[in-house]
Amino acid sequence: MTSMRTVALTLAAAAAALAFVAAPAQARTTQAELKEGGWAFESPLGRFDQAQLQRGYKVYAEVCSSCHSMNLMYYRNLCQQGGPFYDPKHPNPNEAPVCKAIAADIKVPDIDPDTGDATERPATPADHFKAPYANEAAARAGNGGALPPDLSVMARAREGGANYIYSLLQGYKDEPHGLTVPDGKYYNIYYPGDLGSAWSGPKDKVPVGGFISMPFQLVEGRVTFDDGTKSTTDQMAKDVAAFLAWAAEPKAEERKQTGLAVMAYLILFAGVLFLSYKRIWRNVEH
Amino acid sequence: MSGHSTYEPKTGFERWLDARLPIVRIAYDSAIDFPTPKNLNYWWTFGGILAVCLMTQIVTGVILAMHYVPNGDMAFNSVEHIMRDVNYGWMIRYIHANGASMFFLAVYIHIARGLYFGSYKAPREVLWLLGCVIYLLMMATGFMGYVLPWGQMSFAGAVVITNLFSAFDQVIPGLGTAITTWLWGGFAVGNATLNRFFALHYLLPFMIAGVVGLHIWALHVTGNNNPTGVPVKSKADTVPFHPYYTVKDGFAIVVFFILFAWFVFFAPEALGHTDNQIPANPLVTPAHIVPEWYFLPFYAMLRAVPQKLFGVLTMFGAIGLLFAVPWLDRSPVRSMRYRPTARWFFVLLVLATLGLGWCGGMEPDDVVIRTGQTANGDPTGFTVTWLARILTTYYYAYFLLVLPLLSRNEKPSKVPDSISTPVLSGGGAALPAGAAAEPQKKG
Repeated sequence: MTSMRTVALTLAAAAAALAFVAAPAQARTTQAELKEGGWAFESPLGRFDQAQLQRGYKVYAEVCSSCHSMNLMYYRNLCQQGGPFYDPKHPNPNEAPVCKAIAADIKVPDIDPDTGDATERPATPADHFKAPYANEAAARAGNGGALPPDLSVMARAREGGANYIYSLLQGYKDEPHGLTVPDGKYYNIYYPGDLGSAWSGPKDKVPVGGFISMPFQLVEGRVTFDDGTKSTTDQMAKDVAAFLAWAAEPKAEERKQTGLAVMAYLILFAGVLFLSYKRIWRNVEH
Repeated sequence: MSGHSTYEPKTGFERWLDARLPIVRIAYDSAIDFPTPKNLNYWWTFGGILAVCLMTQIVTGVILAMHYVPNGDMAFNSVEHIMRDVNYGWMIRYIHANGASMFFLAVYIHIARGLYFGSYKAPREVLWLLGCVIYLLMMATGFMGYVLPWGQMSFAGAVVITNLFSAFDQVIPGLGTAITTWLWGGFAVGNATLNRFFALHYLLPFMIAGVVGLHIWALHVTGNNNPTGVPVKSKADTVPFHPYYTVKDGFAIVVFFILFAWFVFFAPEALGHTDNQIPANPLVTPAHIVPEWYFLPFYAMLRAVPQKLFGVLTMFGAIGLLFAVPWLDRSPVRSMRYRPTARWFFVLLVLATLGLGWCGGMEPDDVVIRTGQTANGDPTGFTVTWLARILTTYYYAYFLLVLPLLSRNEKPSKVPDSISTPVLSGGGAALPAGAAAEPQKKG
């Protein structure tokens, strides 16, 4: 039995070491410590707040989507189980009236089957989110040379995830005296960067953060929430971060729910096997 | 597969088949009646765990291949399609991705167990060598699998690893370049590279399965080593594999699955890197390229050597040494339970390897022990690179100096007469007088 304890301890230590080693080392870039969103969905069994996802989608649709694509998302995703507009009365997301209505308001490019000419038609839930620009060159041309990244998996593609998005969107501060902000760039304390070359103050007091091409967006009251929630910068940033966290892995809730059942099964099964082991080995001295 | 078979066909069909293809006999002799030392501890369960890991990877991998598209423009999105639209695709993919980590975790424990209990010594050298081949194939498979999602870290990893071979330009000018061009299928890592990596990533696991067959065959010729390292002397030392070890291994496998499932369902990306969620872009290089955790010790060795060719040789040599262990360690005592000096050097080897893994995840210039600072306020002192150099030196010294020298000079403690002795006398505390091992003789 001591060997079992040692093996178990080793596995636990190895798992802890893995988690530690896997955390990537800091590069020379700096950023301010991220704000915590206090998300309900972060815990092992946590779920998304559907009202928050609806508000977050509205922020995306009315603000972010004018520059950022979400090419991996379909309108039907919004009405699937766990989504912002899921309604148990309409389990088939392609038939859900909310998603049909959201899609119908958007014109997507198509080919006229009779003439072959480029045309436009109202979107359906089966269409993916319409991208704001036709291609990368158009996106750069519209944004002073910078490319607004696709947001489909943004919450999984940055250290800090939802906290990073939540912080970044409200990380625009007046630059400290001695920092020269280049034209077309904005100082953001949460954007990872190395500001040493733009800093004329003391060398050991380089400000944290970086220069980002996106200007501050979420001014108070920019989006009017349908549920009456007060539209503060913090609220909009928090809600859109939650929406992007959901969009980055729409199956996260299903994953955690399944995991709970899997764990319960495995622990019971391990118990049964351990008792069988004790019984089978009861007459063997070892 | 060797020795006297105790299989007796019971039905008419079994007798008919046994005279034509004794496949049931082989299965019976190697998995049912196989005499196994009765003192195997839980470290020995990782062989069974690894077999299950391989099967899990193959099954989930084949299903993933039904949905994955090996094309530079579509690979990233096809993986996300699996995550979003394929029924339980997220589960299959997370099992496969975390399964690689679990596979390596188990193989490292399995290798460490072999090193500690002397499982590489005669007559098990071929068994050990086959294990080393499996490990090499696993590394190649794991590396190519990590490239397939075609994220930023996939791409950077493919560039870094294939470029290692360009070091051979320092041996024969042009040789390294020719090798890398041949590996890439072009003049840079691109679509051709992704396609061939996919083909090979699908092929190699079946080669691993083949070598695993040989590994098990060799195991069944020599029989299991055991924690005392003392060979099986009589039937009293063994129990039949089934049900004794099927149930013990089964219990260990399920406990291992609990750890596995925790990663899959509650921390599926804890072992990954956020940069790999950004589609591969040859024009942007990630700020800090790191391999998967299971390659970090070797990555640290590579970076510890300033000269590229010798860095590459140091890294591959670290694995090459494993192949030579049976002939580097000449001590007649197998188990380090009875090698009081060697066991401490072994503990240091484990710590050095873990330390190298830590170094591999840090930046080379990061400071471990701060002694001062530059004008900019950056710390200076003992860097990760220097720590990695010391640890790499120890790793090499363990195999090339410690094991050969200890074979001559170490005085082992008392080795029990038989497997049953320490069991019956309560852990070997009161051994019969004759059981004392002779101080080791030269040679």
